[in-house]
Amino acid sequence: MNSDRRYPDTVSGPFEVPPLDFVDREDRTIEIRPYDGSEAEHESLVEMYTEFDPSDRAQGIPPGKEERVRTWLDGILADDCLNLIAWDGETAAGHSTLVPDGDADYELAIFVLQPYQQAGIGTHLIESLLGHGYEHGIRKVWLTVERWNHPAVSLYEKVGFETTGAESFELEMAIRIGQDDE
Amino acid sequence: MKVLLGFGGSQASVDALERTVDRAVAAGDELTVALVETEGASHTELADQVETAVDGTGLSVELREIDGEHASELVALAESEQFDELVLGGNTTSPMGKITLNNTAEFVLLNSHVTVTLVR
Repeated sequence: MNSDRRYPDTVSGPFEVPPLDFVDREDRTIEIRPYDGSEAEHESLVEMYTEFDPSDRAQGIPPGKEERVRTWLDGILADDCLNLIAWDGETAAGHSTLVPDGDADYELAIFVLQPYQQAGIGTHLIESLLGHGYEHGIRKVWLTVERWNHPAVSLYEKVGFETTGAESFELEMAIRIGQDDE
Repeated sequence: MKVLLGFGGSQASVDALERTVDRAVAAGDELTVALVETEGASHTELADQVETAVDGTGLSVELREIDGEHASELVALAESEQFDELVLGGNTTSPMGKITLNNTAEFVLLNSHVTVTLVR
């Protein structure tokens, strides 16, 4: 992506940090923890993404077939990425990820399994990921979102993302979570 | 079928070239490759890449050089010479793996009256 990306001057945060738990709007106790690198958690994510409703895919992810899900996850669960998983007991209900863009900044994405949507899990997943990222020295984060996805855009704005590119099919949004020299 | 491929030398367009050549050989398509200097490669360098890809397939490919506004010139060429299909390798992916359309692909998709195939 372009390295001359614009970021807000205003610093957002501080944000909550994982691990944390809360009761969602459906009275389920949800725990958010960093991905521990284990085979078991990796497989739980594969299971979550193979059950993902195709209508909730965005810009080609998550991919539609298990084999492609595995290839995609191998990339974003790598050691240089940050990943959080929202758990309902043993079930992976949601996942948020920060992937380095090669320019010292990070691309963010968040996914919540359909039965767990609109229960407040997404807000915690994104805010705690930003808190987690700050602890790991990340200061600038961006994402793209389909412009008709109003619920997602509202969530990102609520957290502090600003629209930085609107000339394409997708909106580009960016957030600053700390000063560069912090 | 009369096929026009836009070729700029990026990895995506190399993939699109290989797929389109394979298909043209299998289906007997009449293939024209429009050379677009978007990635810093000259028309001559692009032409060499195309010759290499076609070499040994027995396919005869017509080459055209695109100047000026790439996207609109591509669409104009496809329409004015009655191509059946315009093929592009217009996808790039973000670090996350999200597919994003480059400006050329976006313009072509929105404006072409010729059927467009985006190779992924």
